[in-house]
Amino acid sequence: MKKLIALMLAVVMVVALGAVAPAASAETTVKAGFIFLHDENSTYDLNFINAAKEACEKLGVEYLLKTGIPEGQECYDAAAELVDEGCNFIFADSFGHEPFLIQAAKEFPEVEFCHATGTQAHTVGLANYHNAFASIYEGRFLGGVAAGLKLNEMIESGAITEDQAKVGYVGAFPYAEVVSGFTSFFLGVRYICPAATMEVTFTNSWYDPTLEKEGAIKLISNGCVLISEHADSMGAPTECESNNIPFVFYNGSAADACPNTFIVASRINWAPYMEFAMTCVANGETIPADWTGTLATDSVLMTEINEQAAAAGTAEKLEEVKAALASGDLKVFDTATFTVDGETLTEYLADVDDMGDFVPETNVIADGYFHESEYRSAPYFDLFIDGITNIDA
Amino acid sequence: MNNKTRTPLFHVSKRGLLPWYKTWGIRAVALLLALVSCGVITSLVTGQNPFQVYAAIFNGSFGSPRKIWVLLQNIAMLLCVSLAVTPAFRMRCWNLGAEGQALIGGLAAAACMILLADKMPNWAVIACMCLASIAAGAIWAGIPAFFKARWNTNETLFTLMMNYVATQLVAYYCVVWESPKGSGTIGVINPNTEIGWFPQIGSYKYLLNILIVAAVCLAMYIYLNYSKHGYEITVVGESERTARYVGIKVDRVIIRTMLLSGAVCGLTGLLLVGSTNHTLTTTIVDGRGFTAVMVSWLAKFNPIWMILTSFLIVFLGRGSGEIATKFGLNRSFGDILTGLILFFIIGSEFFINYQIHFRKPGGKEG
Repeated sequence: MKKLIALMLAVVMVVALGAVAPAASAETTVKAGFIFLHDENSTYDLNFINAAKEACEKLGVEYLLKTGIPEGQECYDAAAELVDEGCNFIFADSFGHEPFLIQAAKEFPEVEFCHATGTQAHTVGLANYHNAFASIYEGRFLGGVAAGLKLNEMIESGAITEDQAKVGYVGAFPYAEVVSGFTSFFLGVRYICPAATMEVTFTNSWYDPTLEKEGAIKLISNGCVLISEHADSMGAPTECESNNIPFVFYNGSAADACPNTFIVASRINWAPYMEFAMTCVANGETIPADWTGTLATDSVLMTEINEQAAAAGTAEKLEEVKAALASGDLKVFDTATFTVDGETLTEYLADVDDMGDFVPETNVIADGYFHESEYRSAPYFDLFIDGITNIDA
Repeated sequence: MNNKTRTPLFHVSKRGLLPWYKTWGIRAVALLLALVSCGVITSLVTGQNPFQVYAAIFNGSFGSPRKIWVLLQNIAMLLCVSLAVTPAFRMRCWNLGAEGQALIGGLAAAACMILLADKMPNWAVIACMCLASIAAGAIWAGIPAFFKARWNTNETLFTLMMNYVATQLVAYYCVVWESPKGSGTIGVINPNTEIGWFPQIGSYKYLLNILIVAAVCLAMYIYLNYSKHGYEITVVGESERTARYVGIKVDRVIIRTMLLSGAVCGLTGLLLVGSTNHTLTTTIVDGRGFTAVMVSWLAKFNPIWMILTSFLIVFLGRGSGEIATKFGLNRSFGDILTGLILFFIIGSEFFINYQIHFRKPGGKEG
């Protein structure tokens, strides 16, 4: 934990310094190459593309973008071509790029490779290969708080009873990243509205507007009065808008398309990490194998609140909770706030070292909370807690 | 002819065979027109210098030794699927299921790599992969072929639908064999033992693929042009009735040819999984099964010409990627240019086969 705080401080300093004197202290000239799964038409990739441009322009770094690179040998080819072009910093944005980026990292030890959402950097034993993620569970928790306030408002106005305070969640895969996301969202809801329950459905795809829409329909017909989601299309939000069901979104604002029902969204801001890593390359410093951005590094952001849909006082409450999270007084995965099969967790082995063996090896519960994204940057909370029902199971 | 009937402004008639220099002259003019109109559109829409854009397109394929290898690898993979659909096309049997047949071949290869890894030696795993992939591809094409031969079902729709079945099967197994749990991706198969990975020739990652496809290309050329089977395929393609009349068992030719078509598709899947990617995703064939239709048609179903047409398509695709990176344009802009160039090239075939006669001022035609 100390290490993490030190790291965050270092990042804040680096970012602050970078802002004052862009690349003035640079010893090595950085040339950055970025590899994206799709182009800017995907909300997921757009978030990365914007961050890459922002970070490079801020540091005055020359950069090349390669869009539409599939999760196969093409990723290795793209990375190798970027090295040929003289790039000494290469970043890839999709989970499935990882093994092919590692292949490139082995071949080009003088180039630094950074990969978002991956899991293998801390075990693969390569000094020039690194993973990064953000404590987006804090953003999800804040989204949950906004949702909880909305539920309370609905209960007070008599629109629903406490028993009907059921939220729905459209997830992509039953993968730790998604499970961690909906659990933190639900804990945020229950932090404000203790009577709430949640139903989850999975589309088994990261991007499928039709399935996401159908998921939302299924949840709404099951009596869910508020929806949130983790998938990359507008399928669920547009369905919510036409049914007048309030929802909390991810990756970016949906206020334009859904002015009556969009409450707020959380997103990961990748620019701070990209700046940090490129500054490391410039100064010849080591990039850590895993890096987790937080609220403090501005890696976890909330969009503007849509006052038309949000409950009164949402902005103030979010600021209050955000401060509590940032100070460490409030833990998202506080084991006192949830149970699994009726039991409070005192120990839990997670599969942090992803060796392809599916053997969980690391106890991630200590000091009364689940230490998410601390032993590696990618989430590993994969428990179904009480109060959440998987309607596909 | 009655002079009072209105003669149309122009009419079109079929040309006789043109000498080779005329046909190539027409093609060259088409290419030139294509480049000029691409240049005009580029300057108008993006404000970039069209010559720099052309240079970037060229650079995308030939900019470095690595790019040339990637170009050759991509040509090999596209050519392999195109060779696969060709015998069926020559028979006028529209196999639009190459995507699914290659995918199912890839699935079979991945299944062998995953399930047999610790049960037999590496060479035996590779042998099983070859057999399983080629058989799987053949079966995937054989099912619609059987229905067509037996009940005259429409092979276009049937093969097309088989693509979706293959995609869903692969999606299912991506979840069954996923690593890590819940991710829905398989990741690289046998990353440490490299069991089932095809050997690499020297330091050239893609040389094996290129050599295999070159051999298939030659074999297909000989099969189609110099074998009895090839002749039967041509006759069935020209007229099923004639074929029956001369004693060709049409049903058998249809099934046999589709099995071959599927088998070569399965081989493509095998090369993609075993030799190139060492993983399996639903998008691993990357639309090549459909692009192959164009490659095969553009080359008039001639396997040797297909080397050129698949080069053209891969070259333009790599160029699109390069200008997207170099000028910060969206990839779609590269695709627009590709579309324009293909439009002119396909259009030129019209002028090779047909002639336009304009009405002469006196109302009399020449």
